[in-house]
Amino acid sequence: MSDTIAAVATAMSASGIGIVRISGEECMDVIHRIYRSKGGRKDIRTVDSHTIHYGYIYDGNEIVDEVLVMIMKAPRTFTGEDTVEIDCHGGVYAMRRVLETVVKNGARIAEPGEFTKRAFLNGRLDLSQAEAVIDVIQAQNSYALKSSISQLKGSVKRTIEGLRSRIIYHIAYIESALDDPEHISVDGYGEELEEDVKKQLQKIRHLLQTASNGKMIREGIKTVILGKPNAGKSSLLNLLVGENKAIVTDVAGTTRDILEEYITLSGISLRIIDTAGIRDTEDIVEKIGVGRAKDVAKDADLILYVVDSSTSLDQNDVEIMKLLKDKKAIILLNKADLEPVVNVETIVHNFVDNVDNLEGKNVENDNNPQFIHPIVSISAKEETGIEALEEQIKEMFFHGELSFNDEVYITNARHKAALEETEKSLCQVLESITMGMPEDFYSIDLMNAYKELGGIIGEEVGEDLVNEIFSKFCTGK
Amino acid sequence: MNLLEEYYDIVVVGAGHAGCEAALAGARMGLETIMFTVSVDSIALMPCNPNIGGSSKGHLVRELDALGGEMGKNIDKTFIQSKMLNKSKGPAVHSLRAQADKQAYSREMRKTLENTQHLTVRQGEVAKLLVEGKQITGVATYSGAIYHCKAVVLCTGTYLKARCIYGDVSNYTGPNGLQAANHLTDSLKELGIEMFRFKTGTPARIDRKSIDFSKMEEQFGDERIVPFSFSTNPEDVQIPQESCWLTYTNPTTHQIIRDNLDRSPLYSGMIEGTGPRYCPSIEDKVVRFADKDRHQVFIEPEGLYTNEMYVGGMSSSLPEDVQYAMYRSVPGLENAKIVRNAYAIEYDCINPRQLNPTLEFKEIKGLFSAGQFNGSSGYEEAAAQGLLAGMNAALKLKGKEMLILDRSEAYIGVLVDDLVTKENHEPYRMMTSRAEYRLLLRQDNADLRLRKKGYEAGLISQEQYDYLLWKEQAIEEEIKRVEHTNIGANKEVQSLLESLGSTPLKAGTTLGELIRRPELDYQKLASIDKQRKDLPMDVMEQVNINIKYDGYIRRQLKQVKDFKKMEARKIPEDINYDEIQSLRIEAKQKLNLYRPISIGQASRISGVSPADISVLLVHLESR
Repeated sequence: MSDTIAAVATAMSASGIGIVRISGEECMDVIHRIYRSKGGRKDIRTVDSHTIHYGYIYDGNEIVDEVLVMIMKAPRTFTGEDTVEIDCHGGVYAMRRVLETVVKNGARIAEPGEFTKRAFLNGRLDLSQAEAVIDVIQAQNSYALKSSISQLKGSVKRTIEGLRSRIIYHIAYIESALDDPEHISVDGYGEELEEDVKKQLQKIRHLLQTASNGKMIREGIKTVILGKPNAGKSSLLNLLVGENKAIVTDVAGTTRDILEEYITLSGISLRIIDTAGIRDTEDIVEKIGVGRAKDVAKDADLILYVVDSSTSLDQNDVEIMKLLKDKKAIILLNKADLEPVVNVETIVHNFVDNVDNLEGKNVENDNNPQFIHPIVSISAKEETGIEALEEQIKEMFFHGELSFNDEVYITNARHKAALEETEKSLCQVLESITMGMPEDFYSIDLMNAYKELGGIIGEEVGEDLVNEIFSKFCTGK
Repeated sequence: MNLLEEYYDIVVVGAGHAGCEAALAGARMGLETIMFTVSVDSIALMPCNPNIGGSSKGHLVRELDALGGEMGKNIDKTFIQSKMLNKSKGPAVHSLRAQADKQAYSREMRKTLENTQHLTVRQGEVAKLLVEGKQITGVATYSGAIYHCKAVVLCTGTYLKARCIYGDVSNYTGPNGLQAANHLTDSLKELGIEMFRFKTGTPARIDRKSIDFSKMEEQFGDERIVPFSFSTNPEDVQIPQESCWLTYTNPTTHQIIRDNLDRSPLYSGMIEGTGPRYCPSIEDKVVRFADKDRHQVFIEPEGLYTNEMYVGGMSSSLPEDVQYAMYRSVPGLENAKIVRNAYAIEYDCINPRQLNPTLEFKEIKGLFSAGQFNGSSGYEEAAAQGLLAGMNAALKLKGKEMLILDRSEAYIGVLVDDLVTKENHEPYRMMTSRAEYRLLLRQDNADLRLRKKGYEAGLISQEQYDYLLWKEQAIEEEIKRVEHTNIGANKEVQSLLESLGSTPLKAGTTLGELIRRPELDYQKLASIDKQRKDLPMDVMEQVNINIKYDGYIRRQLKQVKDFKKMEARKIPEDINYDEIQSLRIEAKQKLNLYRPISIGQASRISGVSPADISVLLVHLESR
């Protein structure tokens, strides 16, 4: 329990000034490895406790961020252990890089509630707080577990499962030969293993790249497209997707029947929830029912409400408008190429009449300073207005009106750390083979790789190896 | 009352490999011990394979010997062939295996038992346990005799309600037609003990005169024999050895088996017990590994004074006529005459999660158990548990702290922890892959790991212990010296390296660094190590391994440090899991069922998550 943990201690918002906190025995070594003062002379390990230091965080020779580092030595810290807090200035992206750099240099990402747990176990919290601590740990854990596994893309999960099954096969082969050398021989197995490990390493490296791009997990602003039949939802989706090279289509696990499209607009990822396939039916509200549409809308970070400006508003529109209450939404007046029946005023009036959410401030529309949702005219057919939509989304993001869930970043950083560990272990296997180490040493590192990969998809080792040995290899008297 | 009534400290039920070790440990630790067996002629019987040791099992025997057990010494006196397995692999998986002369093994053990002070050997069937409150007070035999005692060690092996089966023939007997123990199960069930029914099997024995060895490959023992026991002088075991023989099944064999599968009691549903996956019968192998067109068959002598040969790899419960046909389809066995049929055996055993890692029942104080009764399989697994259970019964009666071996200390610790913590659905066999710290748990250092514990219990003599202390120091000093011995890139060094196929030095280095090169070792570099003192073989071996695998060893030591912290956090016996509200329901159920002794053990129970462990830690802290 004395290993060193790290986490982002503040919310990751787009405006992001935030703190990365590190705690544990090797805390000072970790910061020493990555911190450089302006003059480059200061040894951060020897400074006084409870002092603040200006400088830079380095990943190798590359500056990650300009920071303030607060050094707090045990026992007068929150956790009761040596603690370092890094005050990052460079926004979400830099903060994320700082956390990754910290993890790369000897810390691991904290479990949910782990700082609090340590504080308690080190006697830094009152006994009366025990129940509260337990509840925090429990609540955060169940949430984190659920979210971290569900955030993983189906294709990534399958790749990892594939990798794991290769690795456990190799371990099982070696182990059954060790257990039963007279039945199973590993002579010359090193070569076969080397070839396959190299292949698996390629896949790991590819995954690592994916993780660096943030594409390993279901990252992005959860976006739902709503609109009555024939408003042009599918055309809009096709347009957004079609224009976008970075599209990823992903069929989620068996639990949900939802297609997701990933697109990037000006560097901002949108995760478009294609409920029951908007493209097939044209009508999400009708097909899945208002109840379900409500659920989807409730879950969304952003709603794109598509209005057919060439036909008058009807009851369907009113239902949808109600769903926009208290949500971030952009209203798209589609079919701008046709004679308009609906315009900005019509929309606003209908909202005033039907939906009671008109406090708030207009962001975009000069005509209606009181209106909360920005309105953009587009023509999906003529492919016009898309730039304006992009601009709008960008603006909302950088004003902090749209943000991702913190968990996504944490999960990604955790996955990345696990993949890096896996890569290291597999390289160690190759080295052992090259050096001519005995076969039983291969399985030590292979097992590490197997465990790390399991952590990503929430699988423990358990009896996997024994089961694999018995099912694949005929051993015994 | 005409009933016989006697008083002992410890009653051991069963005289197999577990029972013998338990009884010897109890008596040697000075407690009046009586050992019951259904037949005095079957003491330390080897009803299946004629060997001791093998991968990871050899480790168990070495560990047991280091603690003061008998199995290693007994096999050193009675083996007829010996091999160190996996010699081309790393030191962690080197493992000794010896072919035994079964009769000699049994006789020798009996002699030792009969000549041990405080030990009484008694033929009779224990039918009932006497319990008052939650404390064992004695046993009653089938004949009605009462033996009062303070501790009981149950080592009933495969005898409880045993049934032997082949084809449609089934007998309610123990192995080799020995009398089964049919009454004790009921008494155990009355006490609320949860029982399992397991199954295992053995191949036929064939008359040596009917075998054509010219069609088989001869398998020799090692040229230089390493004894099992740390107390045996290696010079005493350099004896002439017997050979084993290797042959193979073939498609004809497999066809015969497939054609008769419907007559196998396994597939007809006549056998209900759960059999082990690692020791499949030949019919199992043919079904499960249908793509393999041959399986190895080892023909092994059962001893010097018999012509019976064991047919390793072909255990079966097929009918007699099919057995004949299938054995005779194997090259060299065309005219084979069967002395004893192959058979499967079913028996009652317990769900071992009812035990603490001391092998004492959680719910009945003073009741211990070991061996196949605990759901394990194998002579070595049984003996190791027997020793631990016997030691702990004795330690408890002497008012001393009982011995718990953890997973980082011994294979025995892994074995016991797996039994009492994991869900076991088949007879448990030791495997090297089950030991996560196996680089530290080597057969060569079992004495360094465990002798001290044996000494403290009173099973290791002062003289043996003094040698251990000297050895520890000698190893430490020599490692230090070697790591600090500088080697220059001079002519003598370069030519030695060259002759050993190793790259010449560019600059000076240390002797330690040279030893770490895969192609070199401590011994090979003797000629350039001018200050080297004359040290015993076992010391040199430790120096070499510790230097050579230093990096890996240190990594595992670090893992062990973390592991130990969790093991050291004990959970009080009176904890009420139902009171801890934030524990998930599944975790509460599992924890109530297993009642782990430490946070470490709790974390290994399936269904208890890391979050549950955090909750437990916080709860314990706030108590």
